[in-house]
Amino acid sequence: MSTATDLLERFGTNYRISEVNEQKADLTFFKVPKDQAVRLLRELRDDAGYTHLAFLTNIDYIERGIFTLNYMLHNYDTRHTLGMHVDLDRDNAEMESIHNMWAQAATYQRELREMYGIRFPGSPRLDDDFCLEGWDQIPPMRKEFDTAAFSLARFYSRDGRGTEDPREHMKQQLYPTHTDDAPEGGN
Amino acid sequence: MKDMDKSFKKDTETEFPLREEMRPHQVTAPDGQVIDIDPLQDYFCQEPPKVHAKSYFKIVEDFYNWARAHSLWILGFGTGCGAIEMRPLMTPRFDAYRYGIQWRPTPRQANLLVISGYLSVKTLKRAIRAYEQMPAPKYVVGLGSCTINGGMYWDSYNTINKFDEFLPVDLYITGCMPRPEVLMAGVLELKKKIKEGRADGANRYVENFEWYKANQKRVIKNWNMPDYNW
Amino acid sequence: MTFEWIQIPYALLTVFIILNYGMIMTAIMQKIGARVGGRYGIPVWQNYIDLVKNWALRTKITHGVMFYLGPVFRLTGGLGLILFVPTIYGSVMHQNFSYSGDLILALYFIFFGTLGMALGAGESGHPHSAIGVSRGLAQVTAAELPLALAVFSISLQYQTLNITEIVAAQQGSIFNWTLFTNPLAVIAAMFGFVGTMMRSPFDVVLAPQEIPIGPPTEYHSAYLALMQTNRVIFPIAKTIIYMNLFFGGATGWGAFAVKVFALYFVTVFIGVVHPRFRVEQSIRFFLKWGLPVGILAIMAV
Repeated sequence: MSTATDLLERFGTNYRISEVNEQKADLTFFKVPKDQAVRLLRELRDDAGYTHLAFLTNIDYIERGIFTLNYMLHNYDTRHTLGMHVDLDRDNAEMESIHNMWAQAATYQRELREMYGIRFPGSPRLDDDFCLEGWDQIPPMRKEFDTAAFSLARFYSRDGRGTEDPREHMKQQLYPTHTDDAPEGGN
Repeated sequence: MKDMDKSFKKDTETEFPLREEMRPHQVTAPDGQVIDIDPLQDYFCQEPPKVHAKSYFKIVEDFYNWARAHSLWILGFGTGCGAIEMRPLMTPRFDAYRYGIQWRPTPRQANLLVISGYLSVKTLKRAIRAYEQMPAPKYVVGLGSCTINGGMYWDSYNTINKFDEFLPVDLYITGCMPRPEVLMAGVLELKKKIKEGRADGANRYVENFEWYKANQKRVIKNWNMPDYNW
Repeated sequence: MTFEWIQIPYALLTVFIILNYGMIMTAIMQKIGARVGGRYGIPVWQNYIDLVKNWALRTKITHGVMFYLGPVFRLTGGLGLILFVPTIYGSVMHQNFSYSGDLILALYFIFFGTLGMALGAGESGHPHSAIGVSRGLAQVTAAELPLALAVFSISLQYQTLNITEIVAAQQGSIFNWTLFTNPLAVIAAMFGFVGTMMRSPFDVVLAPQEIPIGPPTEYHSAYLALMQTNRVIFPIAKTIIYMNLFFGGATGWGAFAVKVFALYFVTVFIGVVHPRFRVEQSIRFFLKWGLPVGILAIMAV
């Protein structure tokens, strides 16, 4: 039982914390519902010492129809990192903004808005261009976006491009007389 | 490419609204006078570029080309991973200054634009502006496979694949990533081309101006600058 | 001293010699700087090639009348300094247009180029130019203070404002130089010398890493070539004044070359080992160290 698990159990009385996964001694992941997330973040920051928002990113689970936001918090006193997962509905993704808790979150939220189309109402400059200027497609990091086809259609590919399987290619290069029957040395 | 989605959404011809400061607007001067401003018309020179003839005498042009070759000023503009390969050329180990190569911080004083790696659409816009602001004759070197065919980013949604569609490239340097020696060799190769008078990218750019502009505008959707940035 | 027409070609000859000397000397100084950094350095004729290249560029754009005049003023500052100061003492050919009050004019011309540049760079409309110019004016003003005090000091000492007479008073022995007769004034003036040569540690005006190249950001092709020409002439011209006022002048081109090289080398020597000062640091430096020495120099006389 680590202090982090203790902490999560203590918060578990007020929050519906699930899927606690203690990956390493200094890294623990857990999941909370969307409506409790920001309240819990504030409590973690103000009371539990997780004062640093390391990053805020998103995972696209297209087969389950959800986005999973990942808030990474760090505690400088205990050198412990907490990863908080929050599931969002994929078709209508919207999340409460935390730019007033951590100023840098506004930038992350801008990026998420551009790359996944997640809305964070109230976040400053949310709809401005971030990395993509003049983007006219669906947000490019969503998994239904076919980036290879888009690249072919817009940027054209130069002829004469080939692909090699690295393993086979290096085998050919290094051992031209090698056949698959021979025993592989070392393995 | 077997996993390509056939139901890919085709390019919709959406119009992009100009940014607010680029739209026509009114400004009130301190003395109360109201001034109409159309930034795209008023802030930029609208004149198209023109082809510059060579010197009348061949010997003068050869002399100029020799001087140009021995005084290459590179624009300090780095994209992608190659930017870090360019810096060692200034250091004691490679010391490009021996060959009359210098780095200039402003496009107005540079002759050589090195695109050093993958070029995202956002950076392409800046690269075009920088290129057009350089005084002719000017040269472009594409460094690394990303500029040739996209390299390992060939299927990315945001990096261009064929750089010579957008700017007239004088020389490509292959590799991913080429080492500084290769860049050095490439620049020396470019010097040979300049001395022979074959590096005439600025005029090629002007002669095929429509083609280049069409390519650029096909990729850069929010085109909020004049057609030629003087 | 009467004017004769033959003075004009003579003066042009002087300018020509100084131009070529400056081209090669600045390249050698750059090479020395490079060798300190462990590099091989540029070829000594690189400045000429750069100049030809810049003249040979095909497109030139302008931002207005003052944009043209900026480099012209700057070059006028450098040329004027040379033309109104005797380059070689005792030589009819290289006496130029020296006259009885030329010291005052020389002081003015040192500042003239910077002012012209301010106008031209302001017209170019680039924010970095404006920042660079305001820094340059602030720093040059602060650096000129000790120089002005030193000049007052030696004009009191020699009771004249004519550079030729000042040089004449220093002839005879090395101990007649102002360097030995009035060392305080020389120290004060050297503050100004190092400060206005645009070399590290006082080159925040150009600061390539921070405000790309400062005032000349928008200048290119022939404009830049003019400024390059000035950049090799002007330091030499300034060094000539210092040589005349404090180091006994030069009686021939040989002495001239050695003395200018040595004086210029002082700034390079300081430059390669010192990091860059910020503007407020350098102004404070001049006011704190340069100014008291200048006042002491006047009081000592």
